[in-house]
Amino acid sequence: MRTQDLVATAISNTFRSKLRTTLTVLAIFVGAFTLTLTNAVGAGVSQYVDAQVGALGSPDVFIVTQASQAASADDGPVEYDPNGSAMVSSNQGPPGTTTQALTDADLTTISDTAGIESVDPVRSVQPDYIENGAESGTQYEFSINATSAVTTADLTAGAQLDGGSSEAELVLPDTFVTPLGFDSAEDAVGASVTIGITDILGEKHTVDATVVGVSLESLLAAGAGANDALIAELAEAQSGGIDTAVTSYGVAIAHFDDTLSAEQITALKADLAAAGYTASTIEDQLGAVQTVITGIVGVLNAFAVIALIAAAFGIINTLLMSVQERTREIGLMKAMGMSGGKVYTLFSLEAIVIGFLGSAIGAGVAIGLGSILSNVLADGLLSGLPGLNILLFEPASVAFVILLVMLIAFLSGTLPAQRAAKQNPIESLRYE
Amino acid sequence: MSADLVIDARDLEKSYGSGSSRFDALKGVSLQIAAGETVAIVGKSGSGKSTLMHLLALLDEPDTGTVQVAGKEAKALSRREINELRNKEFGFVFQQFFLTPNVSVLDNVILPLKIAGIRGKQRRTRGLEVLNQLELADKADKKATTLSGGQKQRVVIGRALVNNPRVIFADEPTGNLDTATGAVVEDILFDLNREQGITLVIVTHDEDLAARCDRQIYIRDGLIVPGGAVHSTDHSTDHSTDHTTDHVGTHTGAHNPTHAAAHTGAHSGTAHPGADATGPTASTTPASTTSVGDAS
Repeated sequence: MRTQDLVATAISNTFRSKLRTTLTVLAIFVGAFTLTLTNAVGAGVSQYVDAQVGALGSPDVFIVTQASQAASADDGPVEYDPNGSAMVSSNQGPPGTTTQALTDADLTTISDTAGIESVDPVRSVQPDYIENGAESGTQYEFSINATSAVTTADLTAGAQLDGGSSEAELVLPDTFVTPLGFDSAEDAVGASVTIGITDILGEKHTVDATVVGVSLESLLAAGAGANDALIAELAEAQSGGIDTAVTSYGVAIAHFDDTLSAEQITALKADLAAAGYTASTIEDQLGAVQTVITGIVGVLNAFAVIALIAAAFGIINTLLMSVQERTREIGLMKAMGMSGGKVYTLFSLEAIVIGFLGSAIGAGVAIGLGSILSNVLADGLLSGLPGLNILLFEPASVAFVILLVMLIAFLSGTLPAQRAAKQNPIESLRYE
Repeated sequence: MSADLVIDARDLEKSYGSGSSRFDALKGVSLQIAAGETVAIVGKSGSGKSTLMHLLALLDEPDTGTVQVAGKEAKALSRREINELRNKEFGFVFQQFFLTPNVSVLDNVILPLKIAGIRGKQRRTRGLEVLNQLELADKADKKATTLSGGQKQRVVIGRALVNNPRVIFADEPTGNLDTATGAVVEDILFDLNREQGITLVIVTHDEDLAARCDRQIYIRDGLIVPGGAVHSTDHSTDHSTDHTTDHVGTHTGAHNPTHAAAHTGAHSGTAHPGADATGPTASTTPASTTSVGDAS
């Protein structure tokens, strides 16, 4: 029997007992539908997290702080050092935890560490408001993301910040576009805005900047993006012309060679830890979030697979009944010279056809319903998370689900197919 | 001599089971069938006639003895070659039709060609040719389940015929049909023999059908017996196993093989004298071609 005839025969045999096939296909449908949806949730959420990671920073940066003081709590009071004892609030440890600030000497030490290419201190500035430079309308409260110089914004219009530019550049969150009187994100690009800031003596200053891009609001990095030139200008305005004795920074950003392997990055972190600094990559900071998401998706997938295993027993049952029913037919085909191997192939193909039907319909319905659901959620429940596409159907993962179900179906078909292949034509054709 | 033989079986023995439940179905049967011949294998239930047909058709292997098909020794052939031989050289007609329901008549007929791996277009052409020959061309696209009994058996013959076989094995080909349609089916089979030279091997209870064949092989208790020896007992079994006639409960009990064996065993002693008298009525039997098992 030719392969195409085997396939055609298997397909037509599948539809011979319509009710039975339909019920088995339904069982597989449930599993495939669930698996497609859970995969899509996993893909959608991790794509969103990836975008957020991009907003937080490049993959080749460390966020470096002094090692936390909390660890040395039992060691008694630490001796005062006039050169390096400024404390800054730390985001490591419980709220209110402080950590020693990084000084210029620290920055030199860090940049001298083998593998680190450059170190930039993160200077935080606290602007008061932003207003449209041209129209001088309403002033809005405004903040700047201190690490925006090294991050990649999730842009809806315009371009990324140019770190090397001497012009003051700004990436505006898209929620500011309409309030500031711009018609659209594209309209905002190239416009001039005025940022107000109060110096340490209480005097108010304004700084002008050009909008180069508009970004989606990010879950993990709030505020507008500013390039080095704008930050420097704002920092100068904020300091009120007074040069503080010790320049200190809470956080520094260290670039490392992006060709380093994961092990080398770990080694580099250990080197910095030995020197008394805590270095973490963006991935480290988001690791916990991603682990939780992966865990949840994994559990959901496990449920879907359990449904598929239950469906597999349905396939076994259906095919065993089919073999029983078609004993005569199998015997006849064998009497007519069909080999056991071909009979085996025929029944395996029938199992695969059932699996394909269930999974293709399941995946198709999941994509259809999921796309509608995703749109409804994006406009409703999840509208606070712009850019989040909760269900992302990747062709590769949908194809994977279909192939997986077909594999499960094939394995379920093994037992019935073997039984059919072993049938003795004489026994099958006996009619006393 | 052997070149003209389609089937040359020697000293076939076959038994089922072991120990006390051992049953010797064949106890040494030799049989030569020449090309173009029509042979009837006649015997009661449990006589071993079906087993003999299965061995001749290479559906089963004998415990001892050899079967040659068209000069080829079956034992020397691989399983694949045997499958191919059955597919190309043999056609099968059974008492029950074994048609695939919900599949068209044409698809049923071309099943052996499909198994042989012949392409769709060629299959269709040949299938229609055969259906034309059997005057079923107008039913080609009908479902097999919509046909009458006689039409179904004609489809079965078409299926046996479609691969241009050398031999058609027919196991009770008219057992499920009324006399009139049975006669039509018989005519078709004998026409095929006459016009296309296809060898017929017919297993039957039916004396009239057996009488139409060139040669009758009578099988009793696993051995070939001289012509006509089981004739009258055959009548009694004919009644007890006739599916088309209504029976009272006691009679249908004879379907049980052991019961039937006891039943016929009691008859065989008394039947012999009468059998000799009816023997000559099988006038078509050419004594020269009848081969009796020499192992006995």
